[in-house]
Amino acid sequence: MTVTNSTKTPEDLQLAITAEFAAGVDRVWQVWEDPRQLERWWGPPTWPATFEDYDFQPGGKAAYYMTGPDGSKPRGWWQFTSISAPTALVVEDGFADDNGDPMTEMGSASMSVSLEDRSGLTLMTITTTFENEAQMEQMLAMGMEEGMREAMGQIDSILAG
Amino acid sequence: MANPAGVIYNQMVVDQLSEDTVDRLFQALSDATRRDIVRRVSSEPFSVSGLAALYAMSFAAVQKHVAVLERASLVTKEKRGREQMVNANRDGLQRARQLLDEYEAIWRQRAVRIADILAEDNEQLGDALP
Repeated sequence: MTVTNSTKTPEDLQLAITAEFAAGVDRVWQVWEDPRQLERWWGPPTWPATFEDYDFQPGGKAAYYMTGPDGSKPRGWWQFTSISAPTALVVEDGFADDNGDPMTEMGSASMSVSLEDRSGLTLMTITTTFENEAQMEQMLAMGMEEGMREAMGQIDSILAG
Repeated sequence: MANPAGVIYNQMVVDQLSEDTVDRLFQALSDATRRDIVRRVSSEPFSVSGLAALYAMSFAAVQKHVAVLERASLVTKEKRGREQMVNANRDGLQRARQLLDEYEAIWRQRAVRIADILAEDNEQLGDALP
């Protein structure tokens, strides 16, 4: 199983999830550092993500959109709060309007990522803290869509293979 | 009006949760004092005046916070003598947990996709070997 642990703190709207990968820390870091790799896993098959701007440095911003099954393209922004290559990064994730400007009334979610070496394997822990209900609802909506079952099928086939 | 939020709300698939319920729930939990109240009454019931003594705010303000939590089904109130006792509502907290469960599912999928990308390295490496 890729995901080894998860801890939910409902009263803080917080989720910490830990996954183990069969690759070194430097290699796993690239799936965050390289937007072309990032967009291959950020969105589910039915909501693929496209990162247009990606300024991967402390204080830097990223702009992305996701493409829904009906062709809708909700936009999002990231801001990198801190980056300590190749082991830690903190990023704020929020929704943007059609011009790419942050929709401040929607709030943002804070994601803290850490990578740890475990004898050549990498333990990745993501702690997400949601700020408000709208932010979380939207993130759920874009991840959960009908693609959920599809994705579960993919997981099954990988496990069976 | 071009509003991506509206589009997405319509496509929401959050099991058995109406939007109103979710709105109330998260609005209730968006305040630090209210989260603190929920944490405290999760371990033992508190009277409203007992809670009011804990915060630098008026009894009326604390009463308001409790009312918001009650509407969101996160706490229940019962009269005990002259006191209003505030208890945690396990079902309400369970709903917040459900939403986090769904977010967890998203990350489980992401982890699988990352593993797939990493696995390609090995395939390419395998190709390069004699």
